Amino acid sequence: MITFNVNGKAVSVNAEPETPLLWAIREHLRLTGTKYGCGAALCGACTVHVNGKAVKSCVTALSSIEGASVTTIEGLSSDSRHPLQKAWIAEQTPQCGYCQSGQIMKAAELLKKNPNPSRDQIVKHMDGNICRCGTYTRIIAAIQRASKEG
Amino acid sequence: MNDIKENGLKITRRQFLGSAAWLTFAVAFAPKGLLLMSEAQAKAANYGVGAWVRISPDNMITILTPGAEMGQGSMTGVPIALAEELDADWGNVRLEWAPADPRKYGYARKRGKSLSYSMAIVGSRAVMMYYKDMRRAGGQVRKVLLQAAAKKWGVDPAELSTEPSVVVHGPSGRRMSYGEVATFAQVPDTMPEISESEFKDKSQFRLIGKPVARRDIPDKVNGSAKFSIDVQLPGMVYASTVHAPVQLAEPKSWNDANVRAMKGVIDIVKLERGVAVVADTFERVLAARKALEVVWAGGAVAEGYDSEKTLDATYPKIAYDKAAKRKTVREKGDVDAAFASTAKVYQADFRSDYGYHAQMEPLNGVARFNAAGDEVEVWEGTQAPGRSRAMIAEALGFNPGQVTHHQQYMGGGFGRRSITDYTVEAALIARAIKRPVKMIWTREEDIAYGMFRPQSYQCVEAALDKGGKVSGWRHCVVGDGGNLIYSGIRIDRYYGIPNQHVEQRGTSHGIRLKHWRAVAHPFNLFAIEGLVDEMAAKEGLDPFEFRRQRMAMPSKAMRVFDAVEKLSDWNTKRPEGRALGLAVTERSGSLGAGVVEISLDRQSGKIRVHRVWVAIDGGTVVQPEMARRNVESGVIYGLSSVLKERATMKGGKVVQSNFHDYEVLRMSEAPEEIHVEFMDRDTKPTGLGEIGNPFIAAAVANAFYALTGKRLYHMPFTPARVLEVLKA
Repeated sequence: MITFNVNGKAVSVNAEPETPLLWAIREHLRLTGTKYGCGAALCGACTVHVNGKAVKSCVTALSSIEGASVTTIEGLSSDSRHPLQKAWIAEQTPQCGYCQSGQIMKAAELLKKNPNPSRDQIVKHMDGNICRCGTYTRIIAAIQRASKEG
Repeated sequence: MNDIKENGLKITRRQFLGSAAWLTFAVAFAPKGLLLMSEAQAKAANYGVGAWVRISPDNMITILTPGAEMGQGSMTGVPIALAEELDADWGNVRLEWAPADPRKYGYARKRGKSLSYSMAIVGSRAVMMYYKDMRRAGGQVRKVLLQAAAKKWGVDPAELSTEPSVVVHGPSGRRMSYGEVATFAQVPDTMPEISESEFKDKSQFRLIGKPVARRDIPDKVNGSAKFSIDVQLPGMVYASTVHAPVQLAEPKSWNDANVRAMKGVIDIVKLERGVAVVADTFERVLAARKALEVVWAGGAVAEGYDSEKTLDATYPKIAYDKAAKRKTVREKGDVDAAFASTAKVYQADFRSDYGYHAQMEPLNGVARFNAAGDEVEVWEGTQAPGRSRAMIAEALGFNPGQVTHHQQYMGGGFGRRSITDYTVEAALIARAIKRPVKMIWTREEDIAYGMFRPQSYQCVEAALDKGGKVSGWRHCVVGDGGNLIYSGIRIDRYYGIPNQHVEQRGTSHGIRLKHWRAVAHPFNLFAIEGLVDEMAAKEGLDPFEFRRQRMAMPSKAMRVFDAVEKLSDWNTKRPEGRALGLAVTERSGSLGAGVVEISLDRQSGKIRVHRVWVAIDGGTVVQPEMARRNVESGVIYGLSSVLKERATMKGGKVVQSNFHDYEVLRMSEAPEEIHVEFMDRDTKPTGLGEIGNPFIAAAVANAFYALTGKRLYHMPFTPARVLEVLKA
C-alpha cells in the first residue's frame, strides 16, 4: 500500500512498488485525463506534477512518490479556469486532444517558474512533449496568451 | 449507462424516438440517400428509421453528429450545416453521436451503378459528403416549424421569417421560440420538400464560414474528454495482445504455466495472430507480457523480408524489367507517340520509405458481453463505426444487431482507425474470459503490428514538344498495396498533359498496409513535383513560370499558384542561407499550392523548414478556423514524415519500437510560421483534412535544390541522406 496525495486528497494505492505512477493514476484512481502514449518517457502524454515538478508518470515508480503531492490535469484548477486552460480554449489549440493534458501540465510548470517566457524558452521547455496533430504553433500561441493574460 | 461519461458528449442519450413533448424528426435512407422524413413516411416506405433532430420545449435542439472525431473537427463541422439551414441558435444546440448504423445515418456513395452507404470518416469526407444532406434536413425542419407557427397564428407562412431559434411574424411583430413551437407542432406525415434554391444565400449565413468554437475542446483541456482507453466498467479486467514479430505469423505454443502462475494473471487467450494476456491490473498485464515467450509458426509471407534491400535492389529491377507484371492505372492520348516525336525527355527516379501512423493513443478497445453471451457492447474510437460494428459481428459469428457500439473520441486516426482489428481482439478476449475487458496494445505492439504506408519506387519521365510544352508523362510506381501506392497520380487536376501513361507494378511482402493521411499522394506528388522542378531549372525558367508556360494549367490550378506566389512573396530575396521551394497539393477534391522556406545545417545535414505558405481551393469552407488548423496539422504531419519518419523491416520484423527510433517532428523542429489562405469560392465543400500534407516532400526537396544545387530523391530526407547527397 502506497500513500500519497493527489489533487489535494490523500490516497492509498494497493499495487506493486514498481508500478508506474501512470497506471496507478489512470486505472486505480480512475483519473483518466493523464494519458499513456509510449511508456518510455519519450512523448510526454503522461506528464503530471510531483511536488510541483513536471514528471513523466509512465516511468515514475509508485514507490518513489510515497508521501508526495501529485497534481494531475483534473487538479490543475477546480473549474477549468487556469490561465492555460482558458488560453487553450481561446486559441482552439487541441485537435485530437490526447496529448493535451500532458502539454498543459508541462506548460504550467514553465509559467510557474517563468511567467513571461520567450518563444525560445517555451520551445525548449516543451520539446519533450509530442503532438501528432501538430498543434505546436497553437500551443506556443496559447502559452504566450496565458502568460500575457494571466 | 449511456450517459455523458461514456460517450464523451455532454448530453444524456435518451431514447430518441417516441419521447413525449419532444418534436422529433426522423431520418431514413431512401434510394437517393439520406433523407429527413416523418416516422409515418418512413414506415410506409418500409425504410429503417432513426432520429436526427429533436427540439425540446426548453428550446434545446439536439442534433446527431456522424462526424467521428479524431481532431479534425467533423463532430462540430457536420451538424453546423444542418443548424445553419434550420436557423438554430447554436448556443442551444446539443450534439450526440449518431449510432453506428450506416443505413440510417451514413452518406450515400455511388459505386458503379449502385449506392453504398457509409459512415466512414476517411479521405477528408465528413463535411464534403454530409454537407448537402445536412443543409436539406435543416431546411426541412425549419419549414415544418414555420408551417406550424403560421397555422397557430392564422397567418400566411410566407410572412414568417426566422432568427436563431425564433419564428418571427414581421407584419405583427409576434415572435415564438422553436421550443414553444415544439409544444404544439406535429411532424407532418409527409415532410415538406426543399430544393437547393431555397437554401440560404451565403450572405445570410450565421454559422457557415464564421468562426464557431469546436464542441470537443472544453473537455480536452481538463482531462474529461473520454477516449476508449479511458472507459471504466464494473468488474473490468485488462488485456494486451502480443503479436508475432514477423507480421501475421500464428502462435504455436508459449510458456503458459509460468505466466499463469504470475500474480494477478487471469487468463491467456489464443487469437488467430497473437496471444493475449489478461490480468486484474494493467501493470500486471505488462509484467505478464514481458514474461510471455511465444513460439511462432513458420511460413509467414513476411519471413526474411528486408525492406531496405528490397527498395534499393529489387524495386529498381522491377521498374526496369520490360517483362514485369503491370497494371495500367491511367491512360490518356498516345504517350508512345509523344515520346517518339519529342525534342527532349526528362527522367528521374524517386523512393520513399514505409510510414507508421503513430497516432498518440495506442490502439485499444473495451468490450462487455451480456450474461447469455449473445450480445456484446464495445467502446472504441473508430473512423468507420458501421464497418467496425460489422467486423466485430463477423468475428463473433453475430449479426450487427447483437453488437452495441459506443463511439469515443479518437486520440488520432490518420487512416489507421477505419479498420478496427484492435476492438475485434477486445471482443474475442471478453468472450473467452466472460468478463468485461479493456485491451490495450503497448506502443511497441502498435508499431510492430502496425499497418504501414507502403514504401515506393517511382520512375517518372516527361516529354517536351518542340515548343517546350510538356506533352507526355510516363509514371511507373513499384510497391505493395495496390491503390495505396498510386492514389496521388492525378495530373489532370493541375496540369494539362495530353498524353499520359500511369502504371503500377505490384509486389507483396506480407506486411500489413493501410491508408495513411493522404494515402499515396505525399510520395506520388514528391515524384511528380520533383521532376517538374527539375525541368523548370533545366529549361531556365522560374518554377511558377515553367508551370504557367509549359504545363497548360487549368484555371483552378492557376488561381492557387497565383495566390501562393503572392502570399509567400516569392520574388522577394530571402536572407543568406534560406531558399524557397514550390509544389502543388491535391486531395479529396481540393487543390492548392504550397511554398516552404528552408535552411540547412551543412555540418549535421539537418534541414529546417522555417515558414510555410499554402493557398487552397476547398470550395465553400464551412469552418475556416478549424480548416486552417487542419491544414496546419497536415503540414506538420507531412513534414514529420518528410524529414524524419521511416519504418524498416529486417528478417521480416519491424525494426523500430518506440519514439526513440521512430522519430516524429517535435516543437523545436516545427515551422515557426504557417500561412494558410483559402480561395473565396462558393462551390461545394471539398476535403481539407489531408490537403496540407501532399506538397511538403517536393516543396522541401525543391527548396533544397534552390539552396544547394543538389536534388533529394529519397524521402525521408534524414540528416544521413542529406549529407550523402551533399558529398556526391
